[in-house]
Amino acid sequence: MAHAPRKLAAVGLLAAAALMLSACAGSTNTPAASSPAESGGGATSAAPVSCGSAPIIIAENPWVGYSADVAVVDYVLRNNLGCTTKISKVDEQVSWQGFATGQIDVILENWGHEDLAKKYITEQKVAVDLGSNGNAGVIGWYVPKFMAVNYPGIDDWNNLNKYADLFKTAESGGKGQLLDGDPSYVTNDEALVKNLKLNYAVKYAGSEAAEITALQSATDNKTPLLMYFYEPQWALAKYPVVKVKLPPYTVGCDADPKKVACDYPPYLLNKVGRAAFIDAGGPAANFIKAFLWTNDDQNQVAAAIQGGATYDDAAKAWIDANPDKVKAWLGQ
Amino acid sequence: MTSVMAPALTMSRRRIGLGWRIVGLLVLWVALWWWLGGQFVLESGVPAAAQDWLQATVSAIGDGRLTNPLFIYVFTPITSALNGVYNGGVWLTQQLGWTGMTGIGAALALMVAGWRMAVLTALGMLSFGVLGLWEQSMQTLVLVAISVALSVLIGIPVGIACGLSSRFRRLLMPILDTLQIMPSFAYLPIITLFFLIGPPAGILATLVYAIPPTIRLTDVGIREVAASSVEASRSLGATVRQVLTDVQLPMSRRTRVVGINQTVMAALSMVTVAAVIATPGLGQAVLGSLQILDVGGAFNSGLAIVVVAIVLDRVISAASRRAGAHRRTGRLRLTVWGSAAALVVLGAALPAVLPSTAKWNSAWVHPISGPVNVGAVWAKEHLYPYTMSFTEWVTIWFINPLESLLLNTPWFVIVAVVAALALIVGHWKPAIVAASCLIGCALLGLWPSSMVTLTQVIFAATITMILGLVVGTWIGRSRWADRVLRPILDAGQVLPPFVYLVPCLALFGPTRFTAIFAAVVYAAPAAIKIVGEGIATVAPNTIEAARSMGSSTLQEIGKVQLPMARPIILVALNQGIIYVMAMVVIGGLVGGGGLGYDVVKGFANESYAGTGLAAGFAIVLLGVMLDRVSQSAGRVRRTSSHAV
Repeated sequence: MAHAPRKLAAVGLLAAAALMLSACAGSTNTPAASSPAESGGGATSAAPVSCGSAPIIIAENPWVGYSADVAVVDYVLRNNLGCTTKISKVDEQVSWQGFATGQIDVILENWGHEDLAKKYITEQKVAVDLGSNGNAGVIGWYVPKFMAVNYPGIDDWNNLNKYADLFKTAESGGKGQLLDGDPSYVTNDEALVKNLKLNYAVKYAGSEAAEITALQSATDNKTPLLMYFYEPQWALAKYPVVKVKLPPYTVGCDADPKKVACDYPPYLLNKVGRAAFIDAGGPAANFIKAFLWTNDDQNQVAAAIQGGATYDDAAKAWIDANPDKVKAWLGQ
Repeated sequence: MTSVMAPALTMSRRRIGLGWRIVGLLVLWVALWWWLGGQFVLESGVPAAAQDWLQATVSAIGDGRLTNPLFIYVFTPITSALNGVYNGGVWLTQQLGWTGMTGIGAALALMVAGWRMAVLTALGMLSFGVLGLWEQSMQTLVLVAISVALSVLIGIPVGIACGLSSRFRRLLMPILDTLQIMPSFAYLPIITLFFLIGPPAGILATLVYAIPPTIRLTDVGIREVAASSVEASRSLGATVRQVLTDVQLPMSRRTRVVGINQTVMAALSMVTVAAVIATPGLGQAVLGSLQILDVGGAFNSGLAIVVVAIVLDRVISAASRRAGAHRRTGRLRLTVWGSAAALVVLGAALPAVLPSTAKWNSAWVHPISGPVNVGAVWAKEHLYPYTMSFTEWVTIWFINPLESLLLNTPWFVIVAVVAALALIVGHWKPAIVAASCLIGCALLGLWPSSMVTLTQVIFAATITMILGLVVGTWIGRSRWADRVLRPILDAGQVLPPFVYLVPCLALFGPTRFTAIFAAVVYAAPAAIKIVGEGIATVAPNTIEAARSMGSSTLQEIGKVQLPMARPIILVALNQGIIYVMAMVVIGGLVGGGGLGYDVVKGFANESYAGTGLAAGFAIVLLGVMLDRVSQSAGRVRRTSSHAV
């Protein structure tokens, strides 16, 4: 114990010495290279328009489709517009909160969330809707493709009770199992099962990773699976599924969450921006407002990223193949 | 003669009575389930008052954040300060580069723990580069260093206060239980509300979770110092402060270091949770890999975290063993300090001499992702039929029956049964605590979820304690077992659960079995390590005495070591239960359902924030209930055996 103060002083001296030495050697020590999570580079190609000094903070929500959006938008912002950017990996709730605290400038892909829109766009006025990003989201019930082949009629909800025994697991208490996923997803499945009088129990896998792993398992081992899922989703390219037809969606049929007896509405995914950032205008804000592409475009980039490509490589490949779309975004 | 015989007879009669009484209670319970099953069952969300109130409060706090002076004068400065320290730390690591940091790490290890640890530290730091994760590892190291430093600065004084004052201890223990059991996901939205997202919130969330082990083990350490030593020094005229600094603290050093060790492990296990609120480092690397189900990449990042854990664990343990044991003098001290200085200078100055060493050469990057992915695919293909059958068998024969029993018995029967059990096995005080906790769960409107979670927790805690006692005794008695098993134990505590859960999901499916498995993998190492420490510190003369009287190994373990290590074993039981409860949320992410799922729902969905918080409280209540009952059961048995 008596040596502790002396040891601390020695450590402190050593650290100071190290710092001084490395400062001398420091000119050859560049800050570590950027990983996909942190892009701080300046302009590389011709960047006639100045972008402002504050980095643009893009929220990145945890699904690969979103990462595809981020890859391309971030690439264009840095290389075509000379902006500095920062990517913040957070989930949807935290992203919206970031509008209020100034920690997030833009969400590139928003799935519905009327309650959050009401709170932050309408009431607090810290965010603005930037219109569609071109992607259409579809939520529903799906079975692996091999099941549609082996069990005719399984893709119609009227036949589900006939097949209930097929989907029984030790987790579903004697009924067929309907697998749901991440609790942040909008789901009416409990009400649907009750109101459509289906002999099924909803099992919450708890996370997207758990659901996709279940889909992998079922496809690889040819075991039955009925699950809540959605498009666009990178896993569908590798593990094809067939959508189960529920009673078609009509406007207002899901107004009362307890009485829902129809399919999910199609989602037009939109972008949301921080009010102060968008109102200040500028080339970056205009570009983000104009950013628009299709599900296919997004799937291409998402598949590349999921296959192991870096964000920049995946983005560059797509941008080089689609120069006219990029020009349109930049208003050229 | 009769007076000697009588206590023995009364004791054995009481012992038989205890066993039969428990069996009788269980039979009564099953009978009531049979008779009343399905009636008086509470539904989820009933009563709704608590959850609604919590929801309203959280919204109100969120709305007031821009104007409240508390934010302006307290929270925002704290946020800025933590940001500053973090950014400063990362800047420092960047200035020093990989050579400088390795040099400093080795030098520090050399000075506090010896040259072997210096080599280990250097190898560990180099491995970050090899795995391709240098930057992220430095970020994580800075974060963990800040969190652990704050934990120690705050935790040791508080632990000392607990050790010296029983009243303070009684006040603090429930708070510590809450801090350790309450899942971070339940209060993360509140932390981000006050401290924004990023490193400050990550540091504070880690601090909240990591500080209790330091406090607890400092407290136990001080209390375990032999009363005779304290008395002796008092009789020589020492003041309370002198007794503390010269007798109690030095004599409890080993236990205190176990506490700091556990704090470091706890801090590292929070790395992935912190990543969810934009805290940079290895946690982000893990989440990124899992998002694309890249098991190999996740294992790669997880391995880096394990390396940090192992190196820190070894260095801290070695430092504690050395300190006070032999002071370096004269030439040896000069050599050590000189070598340390040389290492630092070499590391810092190398880039100036060899510019190619300024950044980690990408040719030296060899992550383990490839082989791991190959292994994962093989396991999925070949083991799937066996693992699925095993999962189903365990679920049908064990999990479903207990869950059905808990869910379908009227709630007041369950409260009564648990209270009666606590009364039989322990004391009337824990019985009241247990009953209140269960009633609390009912009042929060979370009865069905609580019962589902209770089933899984009971299984996980039982398996954890069995493993803790068996394997803990083994590593306490055998040094080579300790050396071999420690890295595995560290990995289990520190490897982010999702890293090994994705393969588990492929093998066991999204089921309650997977949730129990995850909890055991996380909680057993802590229990094992603590029991091991307890067994190892039983005075050698006592064992010697037992051996010389001809006791067998089993008698030695059962009648000497385990009873004498009882206080620490009770801490292991407490920590085991707490870690099981802490994994309830992870269980919710892999199909466990119950309260874990409710918490995640609250975190992911603002309109359920009240449910999430309520579920967090319910988890705490269940943990407290299990802990109080088991602690009192442990204590009563001790007094009865001492009565002989």
